[in-house]
Amino acid sequence: MSTPFYVSPEQVMRDKSDYARKGIARGRSVLVMTYSDGILLCGENPNKALHKISEIYDRIAFAAVGKYNEFENLRVAGVRYADFTGYRYDRSDVTSRGLANAYAQQLGAIFTEAGKPFEVELTVAEVGPTVADDQLYRLTFDGMVQEEHGFIVMGGTAEPIAAVLRDEHVADADLDTAVRLGLKALSTPPEGVERRDIPVEAIEAAVLDRTRARRAFRRLTAERLGTIIGAGTS
Amino acid sequence: MAELGLNGRLPAAFTAPGSSSFTDFLGGVAPDLLNSRLTLPPGSTVEAPHGTTIVAVTHDGGVVMAGDRRATMGNVIAQRDIEKVFPADDYSCVGIAGTAGLAIEMVRLFQVELEHYEKLEGSTMSLDGKANRLSNMIRSNLAMAMQGLAVVPLFAGYDLEQGVGRVFSYDVTGGRYEEHSFHSVGSGSVFARGALKKKYREDATEADAIRMSVDALYDAADDDSATGGPDLARRIFPVVMSVTADGLRRVPENEVTAVVEAIVAERMTRPGG
Repeated sequence: MSTPFYVSPEQVMRDKSDYARKGIARGRSVLVMTYSDGILLCGENPNKALHKISEIYDRIAFAAVGKYNEFENLRVAGVRYADFTGYRYDRSDVTSRGLANAYAQQLGAIFTEAGKPFEVELTVAEVGPTVADDQLYRLTFDGMVQEEHGFIVMGGTAEPIAAVLRDEHVADADLDTAVRLGLKALSTPPEGVERRDIPVEAIEAAVLDRTRARRAFRRLTAERLGTIIGAGTS
Repeated sequence: MAELGLNGRLPAAFTAPGSSSFTDFLGGVAPDLLNSRLTLPPGSTVEAPHGTTIVAVTHDGGVVMAGDRRATMGNVIAQRDIEKVFPADDYSCVGIAGTAGLAIEMVRLFQVELEHYEKLEGSTMSLDGKANRLSNMIRSNLAMAMQGLAVVPLFAGYDLEQGVGRVFSYDVTGGRYEEHSFHSVGSGSVFARGALKKKYREDATEADAIRMSVDALYDAADDDSATGGPDLARRIFPVVMSVTADGLRRVPENEVTAVVEAIVAERMTRPGG
């Protein structure tokens, strides 16, 4: 019988992290940011049917980058978790904090136990009665969860996009301003790469609109995005 | 059940692919939350509040559903402002007659079932699909129905594919029947249906349908002691929902009040309508 090679736990974790990071970096970025009437979620996604941005519950949305089958699995689990909690107790008892915790546990367990970690990064966003009550949670492949304020950028080329938002994001911008800033940020390339404009048809965008009565989630169609951008340039 | 496992992972049912049904999911993780698993000892009966009359009327732009506000328990009025017509989703509504406790829980599950499907599939269920899901839920309540705790809903919605309002009625075994023009369920339904038979017109508008529904409920309350008429002293009037191509809306209170007042004024001179 052959003796297996000894590999230190540090080495195993480092390899898994590198593996997951590489997978995530291949995908296109998604950004989530607050604006005066809610939270905007948008990203480049030429695929019309396979969404990166989805509704979880009345005031909660989900955005993800990475491997589709893996984050789709987490999205489904999240919808089930939210609907189950809301049915067992009350709709008002479903919170993004509870959901983010469940995701963190799930991702953490997969990272340590499974041979291959999930190559995903998630945002759980919950819209509140005012901008100050909005909650954004970033979840990474190893189960780490961070609460962030203002905006979150995920995916391969996050840094140049985040730089634009750091400079220009304001909490009280209206939807049109937020959409224009979002699209500008998404088309900002990393240094040394040529800038390319993303056609609106290849943008997936949605909002959690705090002014809506129950289900706050609403997708923004390409036409709507086109109108918003058109109004900004004329 | 369904708490986080020891290693922190969600139970397998949460991540299992395949089913978009919330009821199926609930049956796996927390069957105690499903009405259909309830049983009573053989031969026993329970006295519980009963909901009474619901009417639905189609019109040229969709369908209207209305329900009176009374719940009875034997000869006692259990509640005088109960609501028995609920939105099921953006394009359909459901009204309930029968055991109120079980019926309201069934509606709650039905609402989550439709929204759950919509979120997981990314598209709305067809109107026939919704009607069939409700049929299934009623059938699973058959054991309770046989012991006197029947739930008999009326389902109505706007069919986005056909562009018309449609009404579905059910029996206690879950049998699903599509009704044309109008229908009514509950203890006062015989009288409501009689009234609608005389008043219904093919070319009715939404406003006509609202008027006919409230009129029919007035007639039901006139002859059925379990159906509540308009309570002018407390200002308790029927709940009216309207579904059209633009979606579902609850007809606002002032609109219903105007209709009720017109009907009451008319009945002052002609009590038979």
